Amino acid sequence: MNREKERTPLIRRSGFQSLVASLLCIIIGLLIGYIVLLMINPSGAGNAISTIIENFFTYKKPKTQLKYFGSTLVKTAPLIMCSLSVLFAYKAGLFNIGVAGQYVVGAGASLYFALAFGMPWYVCLIAAILAGALLGAISGLLKAVCNVNEVISCIMLNWISLYLVNILLSQVKEPTSPYTFVLSSANPDAVLPSMGLSSLFSKNQYVTIAIPLAVIVAILIWILLEKTKLGYELKATGFNKNAAKYCGMKEKKNLVLTMAIAGGLSGMGAALLFLTGFEQWSCTQSAIPATGFNGIAAAFLGGLNPIGAIFSSYFIQHITVGGAYVDKTMYSAQISDLISSLIIYLCGFVFFFKYALNKRLDQRAEKKAALKAENAADTEEGGEDK
Amino acid sequence: MILLLQYTLIFASVLLLVALGGCFSEHSGVINIGLEGIMVMGALGGALVMKFMPGDTSAFMMIITVVLAAMLLGAVYSLFLAVASINFKADQTLVGSAMNLLGVAGATVFVKAMNTAENVDNVSSTIQYINAKKAFLVDIGGFEFNWFMLLALLALIFAYVALYKTRFGLRLMACGEHPQAADSVGINVKKMRYAGVLISGALGGLGGIVYITAGVSEWKFENGVAGFGFLGLAVMIFGQWKPIKIALAALLFGLFRALSNVYGGIEFLSAMNIPAAVYNMLPYIISLIVLAFTSKKSRAPKAEGIPYDKGMR
Repeated sequence: MNREKERTPLIRRSGFQSLVASLLCIIIGLLIGYIVLLMINPSGAGNAISTIIENFFTYKKPKTQLKYFGSTLVKTAPLIMCSLSVLFAYKAGLFNIGVAGQYVVGAGASLYFALAFGMPWYVCLIAAILAGALLGAISGLLKAVCNVNEVISCIMLNWISLYLVNILLSQVKEPTSPYTFVLSSANPDAVLPSMGLSSLFSKNQYVTIAIPLAVIVAILIWILLEKTKLGYELKATGFNKNAAKYCGMKEKKNLVLTMAIAGGLSGMGAALLFLTGFEQWSCTQSAIPATGFNGIAAAFLGGLNPIGAIFSSYFIQHITVGGAYVDKTMYSAQISDLISSLIIYLCGFVFFFKYALNKRLDQRAEKKAALKAENAADTEEGGEDK
Repeated sequence: MILLLQYTLIFASVLLLVALGGCFSEHSGVINIGLEGIMVMGALGGALVMKFMPGDTSAFMMIITVVLAAMLLGAVYSLFLAVASINFKADQTLVGSAMNLLGVAGATVFVKAMNTAENVDNVSSTIQYINAKKAFLVDIGGFEFNWFMLLALLALIFAYVALYKTRFGLRLMACGEHPQAADSVGINVKKMRYAGVLISGALGGLGGIVYITAGVSEWKFENGVAGFGFLGLAVMIFGQWKPIKIALAALLFGLFRALSNVYGGIEFLSAMNIPAAVYNMLPYIISLIVLAFTSKKSRAPKAEGIPYDKGMR
């Protein structure tokens, strides 16, 4: 088995193909983004697209650069969790668009436990995981028991959770603004510990253990999917539900479990952001936070691989933050959203890309083999002639 | 009460149009999760026409151009779905979700660019159409009749006739049930699916412009259409993919959506002092409950969501 693997040429390897496909998606996405910028205002387009790609490098001083690199990382941690949530569910054949709602309830639970009950950070973190898992399990149950399409139920739950969390967190908001209390002054115990990490990023106080935690979880998810029985069963269910059932796997239980784990991941993601104090929740927001949806982009861009998700999440966050730096007199920050949604759209073509590539390689290999056979036959014939 | 009826009818019109859109696409075998994004695009098309048409345009011309612009932009945008899912066999759910995000992001970028080009200080993503909107309204004794309600009714009749009484509709549905069988009797499955998705895009786009003119006279495109595309899909499922049932479902959902607009004016509701957010949640909660009870015996087209592969049996 191992020997065969060694012989597979690089271009034939699924991982390599995914990487090439993702890079292509990024390049085409950025290119179209650039064209859109050109159409809006040609004079600043080059500048704007490089600003988006540069992000914190727009600052001159290395120290400031490091600090804003830290800020990008702070926002990457929740995105990694959301993309893990999406890819985990997708492996089991479920499209978890409810990642956004699970993220919202995670934010609600962690902030409410921190601000209303004054709990330490680890309790808030667990509360967020449980809240997300509960919401995920509801979608899973609806699918398993009532056959409700998970995409539709997830969307409905997204909006329900947004309004619920707005009501809930209104109890712990500042009297004069729609924002929740500042975490570091209201309950310093609830702030995630930094363990010296912040000093690495020019004393960026928001850099905490959240970032290494997210990476560790990504590795754990990889192990769970690749090396355990549960992971195998989940993937089998995703490939063919009926076959998995026939083999004696409890496909309904697995379905609910998958959604619960996926929900827990997104809930934890929210806690990893809001427990740093980097952002406060605005209790009047009428749109679902984009982090969850960006998780979908990151999951597919990362080739649905947990380790790939770490890098793709960073990239998505990098350009999203970079978008905030573009010249506002000409362009809007949403240009980054445009690019990342284009990238998701292009990811839809990855399957076809791989299929076409493999077909071509097969054809070429076949031709080569045929040519060889012909040559062999020729020499044989030649031999006979003599 | 008249106000409640009025809002119910207009929101029901939106849901009916969008759900019928979904119905056409799904009967041809393509799941259209991207209706939300299509609605945004249709809304953008209509809003732009309303903004740029000269003020003295007659009401009739205004209605025609706005409707055409919305349908056209919706249909063109739905090509994103058609090309990816029909020609390239892409995952329809993934592409649809991407279209939803792309629709909102694209519309926002466009409107913001347009606004800042007009006035450097204007960085909002809002289009106003207070005056142009009047073309659509007819006051009948306190009840504000909206021409869109009639359009929705016409769309319903069109959908019923097209799906059940014409060769085209029956062929379309065959492609959603068993495309291989349809192909074997000489129906061009790809063409049919394109037709299904494009009709769905036109209806979705129309639904979008109706939605943003219902009750308000300016729209902030950053907000998208607040999950209405998905509510439309829920209505479609509740209506079991059948136009008449979809219309009834749309009325029910429209009623709950209307409550959040007018509950302040109804005495016993405002006396209960329920926070506004609860009314906002109501349509989504109801649709979840309804879906939980109706999805079990789902009559979804059998081949929906599966890319057509000639070689499959």
